[in-house]
Amino acid sequence: MKRRTILAAGVAALALATGGAFADGHAKTKVGFIYVGPIGDGGWTYEHDKGRLAVEAEFGDKVETVYQENVPEGADAERAITQMALQGADIIFTTSFGYMDPTNAVAAKFPDVKFEHATGYKRETPNVSTYSARFYEGRAIQGHIAGKMTKTNKIGYIASFPIPEVIRGINSAYIHAKKVNPDVEFNIIWAYTWFDPAKEADAATALIEQGADVILQHTDSTAPQAAAQKAEGVITFGQASDMGEYAPLPRVSSIIDDWAPYYIARVGAVMDGTWESTDTWDGIGPGMVAIGEISDAVPADVKAEALAMKDALADGSYHAFTGPLNKQDGTPWLAEGETASDGDLAGMSFYVEGLTAEIPN
Amino acid sequence: MDLSSINPILLVASLMVAATPIILAAIGELIVEKSGVLNLGVEGMMIVGAICGFAIAVQTGSPFVGFVAAAFGGAVLSLLFGILTQYFLSNQVATGLGLTLFGLGLSSLMGQGYIGIRPPATPRLEIPVLSDIPVLGPVLFNHDLMVYVALGLVVATWAVLKFTRAGLILRAVGENHDAAHALGYKVVRVRLMAITFGGACAGLGGAYLSLVRVPQWTEGMTAGAGWIALAIVVFGAWRPFRVLLGAYLFGGVTVLQLNLQAAGVAIPVEYLSMSPYLITIAVLVIMSSGKAKAALSAPACLGKIFHASS
Repeated sequence: MKRRTILAAGVAALALATGGAFADGHAKTKVGFIYVGPIGDGGWTYEHDKGRLAVEAEFGDKVETVYQENVPEGADAERAITQMALQGADIIFTTSFGYMDPTNAVAAKFPDVKFEHATGYKRETPNVSTYSARFYEGRAIQGHIAGKMTKTNKIGYIASFPIPEVIRGINSAYIHAKKVNPDVEFNIIWAYTWFDPAKEADAATALIEQGADVILQHTDSTAPQAAAQKAEGVITFGQASDMGEYAPLPRVSSIIDDWAPYYIARVGAVMDGTWESTDTWDGIGPGMVAIGEISDAVPADVKAEALAMKDALADGSYHAFTGPLNKQDGTPWLAEGETASDGDLAGMSFYVEGLTAEIPN
Repeated sequence: MDLSSINPILLVASLMVAATPIILAAIGELIVEKSGVLNLGVEGMMIVGAICGFAIAVQTGSPFVGFVAAAFGGAVLSLLFGILTQYFLSNQVATGLGLTLFGLGLSSLMGQGYIGIRPPATPRLEIPVLSDIPVLGPVLFNHDLMVYVALGLVVATWAVLKFTRAGLILRAVGENHDAAHALGYKVVRVRLMAITFGGACAGLGGAYLSLVRVPQWTEGMTAGAGWIALAIVVFGAWRPFRVLLGAYLFGGVTVLQLNLQAAGVAIPVEYLSMSPYLITIAVLVIMSSGKAKAALSAPACLGKIFHASS
């Protein structure tokens, strides 16, 4: 009895201390983040965490952010997301493709919590939004530089999982490399991981040993950059983050994801109650994808062409997938001058003509 | 399918590099398990070794000092396990798992200032004459020192276990700690020494990842290598040369599947990546029957708690 009195007094004191102004039980908007790798990966997760810090800087005392690192994709993700929802998060950002089904499953159980899933396409309940960046626009620029700069005509590509986002990137890079260098060949390694520095380094080494002198990566760590640095005459591109510590060589440019404006806008929408389920897919134009500084290792004319392409992609005068383009098996996909629809791109599961490898199932 | 782009010499050479961290960690764990202790904290000790070695190598500019520091870091962490399990008689499985979690957390804390930094290069040994031999030269005689240290450790472990009194005592402690105790051997002291050695080896393996194979510091960079080392000890049936073979098999499969993919060979990657684990599971299943267990020579007191009063 006595203990209960003390508890009650404590609760009352707490309510007084926080001002007691919030009828819904908590004072701050709680924002949760689920990360697939560690913050210190120097790539993908690092940029999402920069977005989280930007939210804190923008709203100060009005928000509280929580995050969990190294959450495996699959069944365990559902547990992690559920736990975050139970802890009272108002909005949860799940930042990897493999969280798609877990996010929707948890969202169905917590209708009052907002969920934002990165790079996916399923919005099964009205409290789920999806958002992604048009990384393939950056890949087009990489492909152009790669095609111009390769001497062996072999370009190595470290891919993660055979999902549309990754396949889009391979196609976009290939189309633009091929355009400037008809002899170019792509060697693709599927690492089946987003983050495993040792494996990524081994993959880069294997590609380099087989003659590739450009390494493109769609995995999250900076290990391929380090591996390329050990070999001579190999160039790389920063992935998801600038990876500027490897400039000017091997890293000659990069694709940077800038999530901060989006995160700030969405958290703001939760605060003033205007949040709605949306599907956001922004590219270079709105600034969600940025191109890291092109280093001096790239010849001036190639750099100028790359920057011109960037401007054209940004203002919409050029689309990275512009016909004529055929699918790998030779069937026509896009007619002369036709551009790919977002629907086609979102579900892309085929290579374009010229790529010799097969997509694993 | 174009296999001609795979250079078998480079393939074998990178296989040896890929296997080295696992060899180091596994040979350390072999000694620990031979003394009758099951330390599941290999992953944690490896990653602490990786950051200790990296940090010290960056600070001093010497990869050699870095490796020494890595061994020291791994050993200190393993002593924590040793004290808990040998003096406070805690459960070895739980303590080992705890050590892994602790090591992962501690390493990311220690590594805060070291992300994106380049370590000093570990020189390759250019052995005059020998490294110029065609084929054999690049495969065997053109590596960094640690590759040879790892191989030397395997041979030394084999020799010590087979031919020396110290090896005999270690095995006696692992096979029957009560009998060893009755003979007057200090069971706890022997085990503590074995645990420390295991920690030092795991630390070296971790530093090999962060200083040579990758080379950089990233959180969680061991990505399961410690667990593979544990599996290899079982796979190798607690025999040093079989452990070496197992490590090359694991390293080989990893490197080979990446090379096959790069060459455009359409192979089901998942199955190839899975194969070493399947073999390990098979070995574990066979081992679980009593007769086969003896045949596989698992230390009889593996994982059992020892107290002098019992």
